[in-house]
Amino acid sequence: MRTPFHLTATALALVCSGFAHAGNLTIESWRVDDKPLWEDVLLPAFYKANPGITVKFLPTSPPEYDSALNTRLTAGTAGDLITCRPFDVSLDLAKKGYLEKLNGTPGLKNFPESAQVAWQSDDGKNTHCMPMASVIHGFFYNKKIFADLGLAVPVTEADFFAVLDKIKATGKTTPLALGTADQWETNQIVFTGIGPNHWKGEEGRKGLISGKQKFTDPAFVSTWETMAKWAPYLSKGYQAQTYGDSQNLFGSGRAAIYPTGSWDISYFEQNSKVDFGAFKPPVQKAGDACYISDHTDIGMGINSKSKNKADAQTFLNWLASKEFADLYTNKATGFFSLSSHAIEVKNPVAKEMIGWRSQCKSTIRLNAQIMNRGTPSMENELWNVSSQVMNLKMAPKDAAQQIQAGFAKWYAPAK
Amino acid sequence: MKQGFSWRVLVFITPALLVYAVFSALPLLDTLRLGLYSTDENGLRSFSGLANYATILHDPQWSASFWNAMLNNLKFFGIHMLVQNPIGLLLAALLSLRKVRFATFYRTVFFLPTLLSVVIVGFVWQLILSPLWGVSERLLGWVGLESWFAPWLGLESSALTTLSLMSVWQFVGMPMMLIYAAMIAIPEDVIEAAVVEGASPWRIFYEIRLPLILPTLGLVTILTFVANFNAFDLIYTVKGGLAGPNYSTDILGTLFYRTFFGYQSQVASPTMGAAVATLMFLVILLGVGFYFLLVQRRLQRFAL
Repeated sequence: MRTPFHLTATALALVCSGFAHAGNLTIESWRVDDKPLWEDVLLPAFYKANPGITVKFLPTSPPEYDSALNTRLTAGTAGDLITCRPFDVSLDLAKKGYLEKLNGTPGLKNFPESAQVAWQSDDGKNTHCMPMASVIHGFFYNKKIFADLGLAVPVTEADFFAVLDKIKATGKTTPLALGTADQWETNQIVFTGIGPNHWKGEEGRKGLISGKQKFTDPAFVSTWETMAKWAPYLSKGYQAQTYGDSQNLFGSGRAAIYPTGSWDISYFEQNSKVDFGAFKPPVQKAGDACYISDHTDIGMGINSKSKNKADAQTFLNWLASKEFADLYTNKATGFFSLSSHAIEVKNPVAKEMIGWRSQCKSTIRLNAQIMNRGTPSMENELWNVSSQVMNLKMAPKDAAQQIQAGFAKWYAPAK
Repeated sequence: MKQGFSWRVLVFITPALLVYAVFSALPLLDTLRLGLYSTDENGLRSFSGLANYATILHDPQWSASFWNAMLNNLKFFGIHMLVQNPIGLLLAALLSLRKVRFATFYRTVFFLPTLLSVVIVGFVWQLILSPLWGVSERLLGWVGLESWFAPWLGLESSALTTLSLMSVWQFVGMPMMLIYAAMIAIPEDVIEAAVVEGASPWRIFYEIRLPLILPTLGLVTILTFVANFNAFDLIYTVKGGLAGPNYSTDILGTLFYRTFFGYQSQVASPTMGAAVATLMFLVILLGVGFYFLLVQRRLQRFAL
């Protein structure tokens, strides 16, 4: 019986050659919320342009992502494509040789130098991840509450507190939806969100890195002082209020202002009926130049142990295309593509926020580059002291002192 | 008659011993070894002796967090000892009284939370205690104690106690069951003899039941100790890896997690984490050793 054997052999050969051509890729990511977006929108678009490659999006929840990824990389079981956190966390992976060098990848040309820094070695010579998107910090406000009380969007800090006073005086709505239970918001949303107006964005950030400025300088202490002034406008028991609680509070119309980042636009679009707008972090005095935190947040790299690097390269180059930039900016509302392509943003709030780029100077989150490297971890320390300041348990100058002392402990220029 | 060593015993022990060796003993030894290494920034490991331990115990930053975690852990254990085990004992004593109606029902109810996932327990209690949507404030209001309400889970002064009590609520069924089992094992005739002699129920409890269940109470203590010093999940679920506010709920388990796996931008350091794990192991070892050497040898099982 020769025929069946031939058939089997041919079938086998076909299957094998199929495997050899059609690559399977897996993506590691912390964006659990984006799973439907990848599966229904982004990947089908990719398949259309690149038939024969299949991609699986396998996210891990954000708090566990870094540790789970580390474990999988060490064990050699991580996916082919690794979603990169900006700066030190990814740089650490690159230094350990887990991420393939992307130097010379054609897609990189589509990104301005500033967008690539987050995923480069300190000297800028090696790039380990393709930039994907950034988030912008600001405030959302409930348009109806503002209209009912005849309030205008605040521009200066004085305006901001005047608005808060008026809302508080009604006694009906919480002026500010924010809690300190999860701690990260007080740093990632509040401190590094409103702070750039105090420390003049990049000037202050680079000043800290070069050692010319210190956290104990007025520019930084005054940021914490402003944060402490927020306390009376938060809900009762805000010390035990989680991020989810704050989202619910604003989303249900029970709070007027919500300090946040653009990533929350899609959350409220899907989960609430509140009509909201956005305003940028208020400046200290009328006429001051404004600064925004335009944080390079997501990139993607290739696992150096991947068995399918050629297809992974193809995928990354697609991430650098205009098609992806357009899809990601308009479907993952609130994540803004970092590429130089001209993209029309359709969502009005997202459009408002991305518009700030032309009115204000952009900076990234204060401690994202270099400053998080040592022990004690500045990010964790900032979560802690900023929450303590907002809980009115720590004086702003003590917070500054503690951060500066921790920084000076391992970073020579800060001594 | 003294028996010689039975080789047949070996046959029965070997499978369990193998599983234990491969999945418990070897990893433990490897952790002890790993704690003696350090990692440089390129991920290269080199032998560094006791350097990690010196850092944890002498570096001001590290030792402050280590001793803070240790102290919090002791408080966590203390609250379990003061609240969970006495309540467990009380419930067991009440359930083992004769003529208690629906004893089985109560037993099940008290034991039920033990079976729940810690994540659910954390989530439910967070909702109950939430200052925004929780019911606690209203419940206190009904008895006129509204002003007593505070965001307990968010305050440095009360967060750890609140979490400990949540854990007590969940696990009180364990000591209850163990003590209950010991109590119903007390032969009826001993109790009946006491009743005939005219002893009051209180005296029966204090002079007969309690001494007879002392070994079980010792066992409950040591189990609580081991479980509390290994605890991690509830704190992580409710307060996250930073165990806020201001590390007031940080225990050895969360400190270990942050060090070993990293948290947010804190880069993971398995070698340093292994050193923390080794210290946890030593604490537990010391506690258990202390118990076996000083306590258990003095407790005698009464021959009944």
